[in-house]
Amino acid sequence: MFLEFFYALRAEGIPLAIQEWMMLMKALQMGQHASSLTSFYNLSRACLVKSETYFDSFDRVFARVFHGVEGEFSASDELMQWLENPVHFKELTDEERAALEMLTSDELMRRYLEILEEQTERHDGGGKWIGTGGRSPFGHGGEHPTGIRVGGTPRNRSAMKIAEDRRYRNYRTDVTLDLRQTKVALKRLRRLTRSGPATELDLDESISETCRNGGEIELVFRPEHRNNVRLLLLLDVGGTMDPHFWPVSRLLTALHEEHGLRDFRPYYFHNCIYENLYEDAWLFQDSAVPTGDLMRHYDERWKVVIVGDASMHPYELVGRRGNINPRLESNTRGIDWLHRIADHFQRTVWINPEPPDRWPRSQTANLIRSIFPMFQLTVDGIEQAVSALIGARRAAAAG
Amino acid sequence: MTEAPQKDAFNHFKGTAGYIASAALMEAVNCAIALERPLLIKGEPGTGKTLLAKHTAEALGMPMESWHVKSTSKASEGLYVYDTIQRLNDARFGDGDVGDIRAYIKLGPLGRTFKAGARHVLLIDEIDKADMEFPNDLLLELDEMRFTIMETGDEIAAKQRPVVIITSNNEKELPDAFLRRCIFHFIDFPDVELMKQIVHVHHPNLDAALLDQVLIKFYWLRGQSELRKKPSTSELVDWISALLRSGVTRSRLEAHIPFLGSLLKNEQDTESLLDYTGKGGTLPRRWEDLGPKFNQ
Repeated sequence: MFLEFFYALRAEGIPLAIQEWMMLMKALQMGQHASSLTSFYNLSRACLVKSETYFDSFDRVFARVFHGVEGEFSASDELMQWLENPVHFKELTDEERAALEMLTSDELMRRYLEILEEQTERHDGGGKWIGTGGRSPFGHGGEHPTGIRVGGTPRNRSAMKIAEDRRYRNYRTDVTLDLRQTKVALKRLRRLTRSGPATELDLDESISETCRNGGEIELVFRPEHRNNVRLLLLLDVGGTMDPHFWPVSRLLTALHEEHGLRDFRPYYFHNCIYENLYEDAWLFQDSAVPTGDLMRHYDERWKVVIVGDASMHPYELVGRRGNINPRLESNTRGIDWLHRIADHFQRTVWINPEPPDRWPRSQTANLIRSIFPMFQLTVDGIEQAVSALIGARRAAAAG
Repeated sequence: MTEAPQKDAFNHFKGTAGYIASAALMEAVNCAIALERPLLIKGEPGTGKTLLAKHTAEALGMPMESWHVKSTSKASEGLYVYDTIQRLNDARFGDGDVGDIRAYIKLGPLGRTFKAGARHVLLIDEIDKADMEFPNDLLLELDEMRFTIMETGDEIAAKQRPVVIITSNNEKELPDAFLRRCIFHFIDFPDVELMKQIVHVHHPNLDAALLDQVLIKFYWLRGQSELRKKPSTSELVDWISALLRSGVTRSRLEAHIPFLGSLLKNEQDTESLLDYTGKGGTLPRRWEDLGPKFNQ
C-alpha cells in the first residue's frame, strides 16, 4: 500500500523521486511521525511535495489510498524496533539500494496498517494500545513547553478530513489564475531573452579582474541585458467573453505591469478578426486600425497572443459577410484574416478562457485550433503558451 | 525508542509566546531539524515566513544568522567575498598586510554559520529574488555544509550542521534538484480560530465583540474575488492598531470600514470597494453574512 501511495502520487503528476522517498523513510525511522495519521499526513507532505500547487493532487491521492484508515494510532514497539534496525545496505549499488528501500517501505506500510486495524479494535473495547499523545512534542491545545503554541487544527480533525477537504484546490496551477501567478508565468517571456554577443563593458568585473591581475588592465565584456520580446495582444471583448471578464482582466493587468517587455500593444476585436482591429476596448470606430496596416506595421518578429473563446456562429468565421456588425460586412472571411495573421507572424498563440474539454464541442474552436496552438487561460496554460512563443519552433496545436 | 536528540532539545527550551504556528508547520520544522535538511517555507506575503526563523532560533536557543537575498545576490557571496579592491588599495597606500590574502577574505552568512562553533539557525530570506541559477549554486554547500576558499585553499566545514530555513515568495520557480533536498511547508492562510490567537498575541486586550466585527470585515474582504491584492495577517494587525488608537466603537465598525488604506494597498481595489458601498452595497455584520463556511 505504501508503494501504491508512491506510485499513485507519481501517476497524479507530482514530481517525486526516490530521494524524497528516502527522506520520508529516514524521518519515519527517527520517530518523526509522532502518533497520528494527521501527523503522518503532515510529515509525508512536507517530505514528498515541494510545491503548494501539488497539494490538491496529494490530498486526493492520500484520501484515496488511505481511505478507511481513520483515527489516531500509536507506533508499536515492534514497529519501532524494526525502525531501529533498518536494513544495512552499504555494499549495494544505488539501484539495488533503491529497490530494497522500496521493499522495506512497503513492509513498513503493511505494519502501519496492521496497527491501524488493531487500533480500531481498541476503540471497540480492547486495551492493547497505549496512547502516545504525551510523547508528541506539539500537543494540541494549550501551551507547549517550548513556548511555541500550537494553534489551528482542532483535535477531532483527522488527516482524512483534511485530505478530503481539498483546501488547496485553489492553488492548482491548472485551474486558477490570479494576478500574481499570472505575472510569475509571464516572467518567462523575459528570462529567455537575455542573450546575445558580448559587447557591453562589464565595469565591475573589469575592475575586479584588473585587481586580481595585480593592476594589469583586464577588460571584461558581457552580453547586453535586453529583452527583445515585443508582444501584440489581440483581445476578444463583449458577448460570450463577458463571463471571463476577471481572468482576462488579470491577464491584461499582468501584461501591462510586465515591464520586461520591449514593447506591448493591445488591440481589441469582437468574436472574430476582420478588416479592422480596435485600439479601444469599446470598439469605437475612431479607434479602428485596419488589420492589414497592423501587419505591415508590426513585423514578423512580434509575438502575437490572441485571447478569445473562439466560439461563434460558424458563419461569422467562414461566411463571406460574417461580421456580426452588419455595417462592417466585408468580402474577406474571418478565417482568411486569421490565416493571414498566422502566416505573417512567426509566433502566434491563442489563449482560450474556456476549459479544453469544451473546445471540441465548438466547431469554430476546432477550426481555429488548426490554425493556432491553443492554450487555456490558466497559469499552466499561460506557461505553455509562453514557451510556445519563445521556443525554437512553432508548437503544434495543443490537445 | 529512538527519538532524535534534536527533538528532545526542542522540548527543553523555554520560549516566547510571540509566534503561533499550526501543527503541520511545527512538524515540518521538527522534521527539518531531525533530518538536517533545509526547510523551504512558502506562503502568502504577511503570513510570518521570515518570523518563523527568528522564533525557531529563539525556541531552540540558537544564535541566528540571516541572509537577505536580493536580485543582485550571488551564491558565492553567501560563502565568502574576496575584497580585491581593498587589497589593491592597501597595496597602493601601504596600509595593512597585503601579503596575507586571508585578511581580505570576508565570510558571508553561510560561511559564518559554518565556521561558528555553536549550532546556528540560518535564514535564507526570499531566495526567489535572486537569479534562477542561485539555488543551484548552493546545492553542494547546503548538502555537505562545507566549501573551499579558492584563493587560499582553506576549507570551511560546518562543525554542527545549521538549521537552514529558506523562504520564497514564489517569484520564480525553484530548480527541481534544489527542491528535492528540502523539506517543504506552505503556510496556510490562518482560519478564524487561529487568527484570533494571532491577534491576541499582538493585541491582548482587544474586546472580543470588537474582534469579531473586525474579523468579519477582514474575511469578507478577503473573500471578494475582485480584489487584486488581498489583505494579509500583518495588514490586519496594523489595521487593528489603527482602530484601537482612534478609539473606534463596535457600532461604527458594523457599518463602515475605517482606515481602509491599511488593508487595501491598491488604488483599484479601494475604488471598487467604494464603488460597491456607494451603490448601496452592504457590509456584513454577522458571521452568518459571510456564508456557510464561517458559520460557527
